[in-house]
Amino acid sequence: MLLSLMIFVPLLGMIAVLLLPRESEELVKRVTLLFTLIPLALAVALFISYDRSTAGTQYVVNVPWIQAFNIQYHIGIDGLSVTLLLLTALLGPICVIASWRNIEKGIKAYMALFLLLETGMLGFFAALDLFLFYVFFELTLLPMYFLIGIWGGPRREYAAIKFFLYTLFGSVLMLVAMIAVYLNSGAPGARTFDIPTLITLAATAGHALNDLNFQIWVFLGFFIGFAVKVPIFPFHTWLPDAHVEAPTAISVILAGILLKMGTYGLVRVNMAMFPLGLDFFCNGIGFWGNSLALLGFINIVYGSFCALAQTDFKKLVAYSSIGHMGFVILGLSARNDSGITGAILQMFNHGVISAMLFLLVGVLYDRAHHREINGFGGLGTKMPIYTGITTLAFMASLGLPGLSGFVGEALSLLGAYDKFKLLTILSTIGIVVGAAYFLWTLQRVFLGTLNPKYEELPEINGREILTLVPLGILTIALGVWPNFAIDMFRESVTNLIGVLQIN
Amino acid sequence: MQSLSNIESLLYFSPEILLVIFAAAVVLLDLVVKDRNSSAVAHLSLAGCICVFAAVLITHFSFGDKGPISLFLGMIQLDAFSSFFKVLLLLATAATILFSLRSEELDARLKGEYYALLLAITLGMFLMASSTNLLMIFISLETVSLTSYILAGFLTHNPRSSEAAFKYITYGAVASGTMLFGLSLLFGMVGSGDVGQISVRLTELLASGEVAPLAVLIAITFVLAGVGYKIASVPFHMWSPDVYEGAPIPITAFLSVASKSAGFALFIRFFYSGFGNPELMQAVDWTFMLAIVSALTMTVGNLAALPQQNVKRLLAYSSIAHGGYLLMGGVLLTSEGIGAILFYLVVYLFMNLGAFYVVVLIANEEGSEMIEGYRGLASRAPLVAWAMAIFLFSLTGIPPFAGFFGKWLLFAAVLEQGYYWLALVGLLNSVVSLYYYARIVKAMFLEDPGEETTQVSFSTGTFALLSVFVIPTILIGFLNIFYTFSNISVSVIPMQ
Repeated sequence: MLLSLMIFVPLLGMIAVLLLPRESEELVKRVTLLFTLIPLALAVALFISYDRSTAGTQYVVNVPWIQAFNIQYHIGIDGLSVTLLLLTALLGPICVIASWRNIEKGIKAYMALFLLLETGMLGFFAALDLFLFYVFFELTLLPMYFLIGIWGGPRREYAAIKFFLYTLFGSVLMLVAMIAVYLNSGAPGARTFDIPTLITLAATAGHALNDLNFQIWVFLGFFIGFAVKVPIFPFHTWLPDAHVEAPTAISVILAGILLKMGTYGLVRVNMAMFPLGLDFFCNGIGFWGNSLALLGFINIVYGSFCALAQTDFKKLVAYSSIGHMGFVILGLSARNDSGITGAILQMFNHGVISAMLFLLVGVLYDRAHHREINGFGGLGTKMPIYTGITTLAFMASLGLPGLSGFVGEALSLLGAYDKFKLLTILSTIGIVVGAAYFLWTLQRVFLGTLNPKYEELPEINGREILTLVPLGILTIALGVWPNFAIDMFRESVTNLIGVLQIN
Repeated sequence: MQSLSNIESLLYFSPEILLVIFAAAVVLLDLVVKDRNSSAVAHLSLAGCICVFAAVLITHFSFGDKGPISLFLGMIQLDAFSSFFKVLLLLATAATILFSLRSEELDARLKGEYYALLLAITLGMFLMASSTNLLMIFISLETVSLTSYILAGFLTHNPRSSEAAFKYITYGAVASGTMLFGLSLLFGMVGSGDVGQISVRLTELLASGEVAPLAVLIAITFVLAGVGYKIASVPFHMWSPDVYEGAPIPITAFLSVASKSAGFALFIRFFYSGFGNPELMQAVDWTFMLAIVSALTMTVGNLAALPQQNVKRLLAYSSIAHGGYLLMGGVLLTSEGIGAILFYLVVYLFMNLGAFYVVVLIANEEGSEMIEGYRGLASRAPLVAWAMAIFLFSLTGIPPFAGFFGKWLLFAAVLEQGYYWLALVGLLNSVVSLYYYARIVKAMFLEDPGEETTQVSFSTGTFALLSVFVIPTILIGFLNIFYTFSNISVSVIPMQ
């Protein structure tokens, strides 16, 4: 009940916002903030009350939905989903506050769409029925299209439709795979979309789902769907466009949550449901056995080098996201305790850090109205607080020990080193390049002589600091005490590894 | 199955009889009413729809749901399947009448004939949905065709409309001729016009080797020409963009929904009961041909829709593509496939009519059907723009809208039979279709309206009618009752 409430409160908020008069903009913002704070409170409550000692799903709700196809409204949380739910619920109000002054037209529609988006994201992380999972996955598409397309930058139309087409392409392949899984799950009448049941069936020797060939194909179908979202090379080209054009808060959601939907899906469906298929791509013979790790490696190195070449601040952060998501893929492909733990931790950390980075880029853009890295210089003297927070975020992102980014990446690499020595060693290039572009940016923007154009640049204000502080605290806290998060999903990871080792 | 004589059948035939009475009454009323701007005629036709609707329900629940009844010595059949389509067709007719009332492009002087013809075409479609005899099938098809030619050319002052009617009639004549030839081949082989008999006799004849499978395949292909023309499937689709563009918008809406539905009703009944016999299908593999037609239809429809600037024409091509999706369900001839078609037709009725209603509204407002006319609609008439966006995304097949659930059923049925390539073609087509539907959304939401930023206000009635389409488009997928109903109506089609 608590969980359902959390998912649908933003939807209620959307209806409430739609009923408000268009003129009362301040009221619209406050109502939206209220309706994003409620899920946050509920997420914190779930996070605290979640029983860490078990891997089983908790807060389960399971009621029939479309009986003709045995589709259920089945939701519940395990350690992985509760972590990501908290992240989603946390970024909700932060994004509303970040949008407080920046959205000039149609604030009512903007907030309504944002709330719809939040319902989609929360539902996605809680869904335990494959059909429901897919519906929530797609539910995030429409609001995102409008949010980028209406409130975005100059090339917003192009970016919005590109995002939409790429994602839809991925998700139709996922749909085919999903229907194939459903049809093979049993005799007519006994078929199911229930994820826990499907996981059990796929691990049952002799069942139609427990067939290597079948699993490879459906693995690919789901994988492409999620790979577009993560994004994994070569499906990544929508991301820089979408990020550059999207308004700040939407970039935050995009990098903070939407990318995690891809990796979460990989864990929830591809790994848990198709261990044989995963085995083929992570442990098989020859090229295919290294393919997943190879994709992780390409993401890390390619993303980092692309970031190095950028002169647009936001594009730089976008490409750095591609690089950092590579660590998640690499960690998952290791299929061992430290690899998976590192990957999940990296998902959460990247959500926090990239959210900070995009917020910071937004702060600067609001003042200078451009994002050209070479156009600044010496801002450190004008905006000391801003510079301090940015430095923190940069250091966390480049993987400085003591901050959260380091732990996830280190664990991922540690896990991957067991299985893919060469690729892991080569992947560390990405960390070096990461340090290079962040430090170089730091130097170009904040050090040196102050560009006279920016004599009057105002310091970061209280509202903006408010959005950054919680994320900054998390970054430091998780860097010092990562077990705070790891404890949440330790049992779930152990359970997942158990599933993977049946073979 | 109960078979009734001509006199006994009349009682069960009351919906059709009522339609004829109302069509006649409309013509008579038109003679009496002197005021040319009076909407009395339209309201009488609307009342007719309601009465017929009641008659359909009464006949169905008092007789039809006890099992199929054969009327007029095996000419037509009353069963859940035909009742389903009658309800669907009446909804489309009623919507078309309401659209016509609000459309400003129709000529006031010809109103009586217009509504009478609408009721007549509905009668023809009723018969299409219930015919079980080759002769009756042809007659019902021709009734619909002839009436549609006139309706398509109804904008007498508009040369495009006349062009539409002329193209329609030319293609139609060829298609009917071809179909008639196919029907005569079948009759020659079997010696009976009864669809159920065809199945039985053909299986025997094929088994004994008296009839070559190729001959049957040729006959099927020819019949498909006639049906394919009605549902605008490739390669018989060429008429539809021109006709849809030239015809009055309400008629375009009507043709794209009702004509297609009736075509599918005929298609399912004829092929399912006539050729759905597994032994027959083994001897003559005609479904593969249909699979290719289906793949081509959706691909051609979608690719041709991409560059369109005229929304009406764009929706015409999109409706060709939807015919292709629907045909996927027909390829299978499984109850899942047919259930999926029926469900999709319900969904399609709401979302497509809704989209056309918005086209009517914008045409009234802007005097244009071009995409530019939709520019900035979100700021001028936000509710209408959002409704249109919902229809278009539903047509694309994006959850949570009904179109997604419809497509989902179709694809699940296709995959169930192992037609992976066809499902993949269909799904990739959905991605392509997003691009052109999104162009309209883009114009409405992402582009500035230019200097013209005046709010457009619509009447409450307009919004009420709009919500009649919006609410089902959002909700149908979540309601169990529709899945159940489409399954029930399948179960009554005789397989023999």
